[in-house]
Amino acid sequence: MLTKRIIACLDVDAGRVVKGVRFLDLRDAGDPAELASAHSRAGADEIVLLDISATHQKRAILLDAVRRAARELFVPFTVGGGIRSLEDAAAVFDAGADKISINSAALADPTLITRIAERYGSQAVIVAVDAKRLPDANGAHWEVRSAGGRKPTGRDAIEWVREAESRGAGEFLLTSMDRDGTGAGFDCELTAAVVGATSIPVIASGGAGGPEHFVTVFREGRADAALAASIFHFGLNSFAELKQVLRAAGIPVRWPC
Amino acid sequence: MIAIVDYRAGNLVSVKKAVDHLGFQCAITSDPAVVERAEKVIVPGVGHFAVTSALDESGLRAVITGAIASQTPFFGICVGMQWMFDSSEEAPGVRGLSVFAGECSHFPPEVKSPHVGWNQLEIRNRSRLLHGVPSGAFVYFTHSYCAPLVADTVACCDYGGPFSAAVERGHLFGVQFHPEKSGDVGLRILENFCRL
Repeated sequence: MLTKRIIACLDVDAGRVVKGVRFLDLRDAGDPAELASAHSRAGADEIVLLDISATHQKRAILLDAVRRAARELFVPFTVGGGIRSLEDAAAVFDAGADKISINSAALADPTLITRIAERYGSQAVIVAVDAKRLPDANGAHWEVRSAGGRKPTGRDAIEWVREAESRGAGEFLLTSMDRDGTGAGFDCELTAAVVGATSIPVIASGGAGGPEHFVTVFREGRADAALAASIFHFGLNSFAELKQVLRAAGIPVRWPC
Repeated sequence: MIAIVDYRAGNLVSVKKAVDHLGFQCAITSDPAVVERAEKVIVPGVGHFAVTSALDESGLRAVITGAIASQTPFFGICVGMQWMFDSSEEAPGVRGLSVFAGECSHFPPEVKSPHVGWNQLEIRNRSRLLHGVPSGAFVYFTHSYCAPLVADTVACCDYGGPFSAAVERGHLFGVQFHPEKSGDVGLRILENFCRL
């Protein structure tokens, strides 16, 4: 049976992991290569590395980090952040990424999705969607944000995922701006709305605070995968523990992990 | 030397990295002369079945057909495995290698397509490629089209019905999943091929 994926996300600035992840037995908890490898050994089904560096100079450092992380990583590896062109994407693929994640650049120029998909296949193109709930709308509506969630775009999230899929996106990485960093649980209503609007896999992100939140986002949000940056802050010791909770709830996961 | 055939069907870095990690000599190449001399040949590939027509245009098909005839171990991965069948619904008119009979077809509409993620192998037959891999082992898939069950199916997977996850006959091997992205199970499968 196809399993629900648990994805570990590393936020990287200037080649260092910045969102704290407590992890035992690491020589250097800030090194993306070492963390990626540790997560994969511990049972993460996939690794996402998001570059939050703002400057051009830091990109070279990122590519080096991607290269080092990819060398010993034999699970799917996605790299996102700051990819603005086919050339940027090519550099990241050449460094060893299996998939790239694009966000603001895809909003600014949706043909970028198609151009990367034509060269590397749709399965290699994740479109990241940062969605914020609109307060006064009738019924639930979400607006897409760009620039790391800072900039409102005026675009409806559901309408945008439909367009992005038609342009060649292979998966969505859907982050709830309302839940991100709160630990209050994933936005299952948003997730279910996007899952219902598209036929490609949806990775839910933003708000994971405990294992029960993963159960809920797979059950009620119908997510295909769930991503968390600081999974070990839950008081969980391992992905195995999280997967045990999911298994007990009857949710299929890769096991033993 | 193991030739990893590059026909501009996506990113082959991961396959090379995995073979390097296992300690076998390999090279990514689109040069028919290099493929001809190789001890083993891997044809990876992601994306559309139509990209395999590049193998015809570059002269690689003739060299690969020759290598297969002279018993060179051959391993098709993902679209590379689909290419070992006759054809695919995805690109009518594009000829496969026809070392296995049948047409690759799209998943039924009841299931989400593409099939992305970790799914289980059901081992059906004795296999050199899958030696040491237990039934129920998880591997990573990403594809919208799949190959039918054939007499040479050594492992199947279920997604909207059973399909061929691994095929094997003599020195010819194919897997629909990505061994280079399937953790220790995948590395074992790649190593089984490299050690032949």
